Amino acid sequence: MGKQYRSTSEKIFDAFNYVFLALFGLLAILPFIFVISGSFATDAEITKRAVFLIPKTFSLDAYKFIFSTDTIMRSIGVSIYVTVIGTIVNLFFTVTMAYPMARRNLMGRNMILNLVIFTMLFGGGMIPTYLVIRELHLLDSLNSLILPGAISAFNLIIVKNFFQELPPGLEEAAKIDGCNELSLLWKIVLPLSKPVLATFTLFYAVGHWNNFFSALLYINDPSKWPLQVMLRQIVMLSQSAGDLSSMDPTFVQPPEQSIKMAVIVVGTIPILCVYPFLQKHFAKGVLLGSIKG
Amino acid sequence: MRKQALRAERETRWKRLKRDKWLYILLLPGLLYFLIFKYVPMWGILLAFKNYQPFIGFWKSEWVGFEHFKVFFQNPDFFMLLRNTLVLSLYNLIFFFPAPIILALLLNEIRRALFKRTIQTLIYVPHFISMVIVASLTYVFLTTEGGMVNEFLYAFTGRKIDFLASPDWFRPLIIIQTIWKECGWGTIIFLAALAGVDVEQYEAAIVDGASRWRQLWHITLPSIRSTIVILLILRMGTILDNGFEQIYLMMNALNREVAEVFDTYVYALGITQGAFSYSTAVGLFKSVIGVILVLGSNWLAKKSGESGLY
Repeated sequence: MGKQYRSTSEKIFDAFNYVFLALFGLLAILPFIFVISGSFATDAEITKRAVFLIPKTFSLDAYKFIFSTDTIMRSIGVSIYVTVIGTIVNLFFTVTMAYPMARRNLMGRNMILNLVIFTMLFGGGMIPTYLVIRELHLLDSLNSLILPGAISAFNLIIVKNFFQELPPGLEEAAKIDGCNELSLLWKIVLPLSKPVLATFTLFYAVGHWNNFFSALLYINDPSKWPLQVMLRQIVMLSQSAGDLSSMDPTFVQPPEQSIKMAVIVVGTIPILCVYPFLQKHFAKGVLLGSIKG
Repeated sequence: MRKQALRAERETRWKRLKRDKWLYILLLPGLLYFLIFKYVPMWGILLAFKNYQPFIGFWKSEWVGFEHFKVFFQNPDFFMLLRNTLVLSLYNLIFFFPAPIILALLLNEIRRALFKRTIQTLIYVPHFISMVIVASLTYVFLTTEGGMVNEFLYAFTGRKIDFLASPDWFRPLIIIQTIWKECGWGTIIFLAALAGVDVEQYEAAIVDGASRWRQLWHITLPSIRSTIVILLILRMGTILDNGFEQIYLMMNALNREVAEVFDTYVYALGITQGAFSYSTAVGLFKSVIGVILVLGSNWLAKKSGESGLY
């Protein structure tokens, strides 16, 4: 079976294709590389040599400043809290609802499914939802960043479909062995669903860490701002970190550009850390969603 | 006879309910969530037909019918919002929608598994980055005060461009951000569709002497057509959604005339100025058109022989 014949034009296309895709891949991560290297540089260097990969003068000043500032540290704390508690709430609500919905013989199952699907097509919108949150006295409470998004209808349906695909004999066998519904779910179904649960844990966690919209709507108190809102204040509204910090006025104004870059890095790092774990699962997790059920 | 059958059925219903009581208990938190946070706000839509006064409350506020809609349609802002929303969606459709398809087709032509996997890993990364970070990166690179791009421009042309405050640059920036962030992620579904294409068809085509372009045209594209159609339908439904966060973050006083869309307008009037009823009406107008677009394009897809969404 010798080599397949390839015409010159095909060879040119292949070469072009490799180069193009390599460039595209590089472009996807290059901004981070520039920002990371910029966060370790001094402001003078950033303004002098716009483009560099390795700073000449390696400086940790920007990070030292961030980690000594109350306001930024507090917002990192808020983000971590919301991400951890929020993800636990998400998983609890999603699993407990998906599990009964996966039972084909459950009375009222279709009605519930339609109820869920309808919310994907049509919703009350920003203002009515805001007023409900206000009536529940959730404004300026971190619960407003957690409860209104407790279930993503899309994720719920994917998890339900996954449960449905588990072998049906499992249920009967477990019941003969004296399992009730709760122990069946806890001891048998959940351990079998680890890959799916891992995918959604990470999806939900990333969603919470990146959430900006809910905080913009529901949180007015700056001491309860998550990191994404703080990031916008510092980078885009150019509120100098000095205004935000409650530090003493004798403090020397730190390098502005590199602080912006360092805050961007801090806002991204957790994602870059979970990404390798995510990557193994998400293609499968996303594709499960395209199976109709 | 009939009565008896009915009673028997009721009895079995009761039995089934009793048998599955744990399942129903498990359902409760989820159902409560959907009722409180999804269905109660749907009732709130009635605000659009009332003159809501926070101190009087929802029930006692007076009904005004379609008054808010009339005011909105007569407001010159209406045309600005409609134009900005539609132009952005159109740009998205033309420049962004085909991008993942093309990228997936190019990736599909790569034979070296390691190279392919590496590129995929890289192009998925931006999807997980928050919009705030994307906008922040844009600011840091494009600012006229020491931004990398402007320093470059200055070194070569002696001039700087204020990308962030110029109405001409707003739309291109939005589209470039979207392509950078979501294009790689968008390939997942097309790559899966491409992986499902029968290899024998290609072998047969090669025997018949078909070039790679002909293979692409006659085998590859037809076999992912239904995937493309479904995603296009989904896209149509969100044509009036331009991604609130992204536009809100990129909008400023200088580019507002091209940037303001329905969602940002609802936020500005409702949340920051407290015009609850009026902004609910604007939001409702948007949702209703959105639902009509999804149902309409789904109907159209079915008419033209595709499977559609439902």
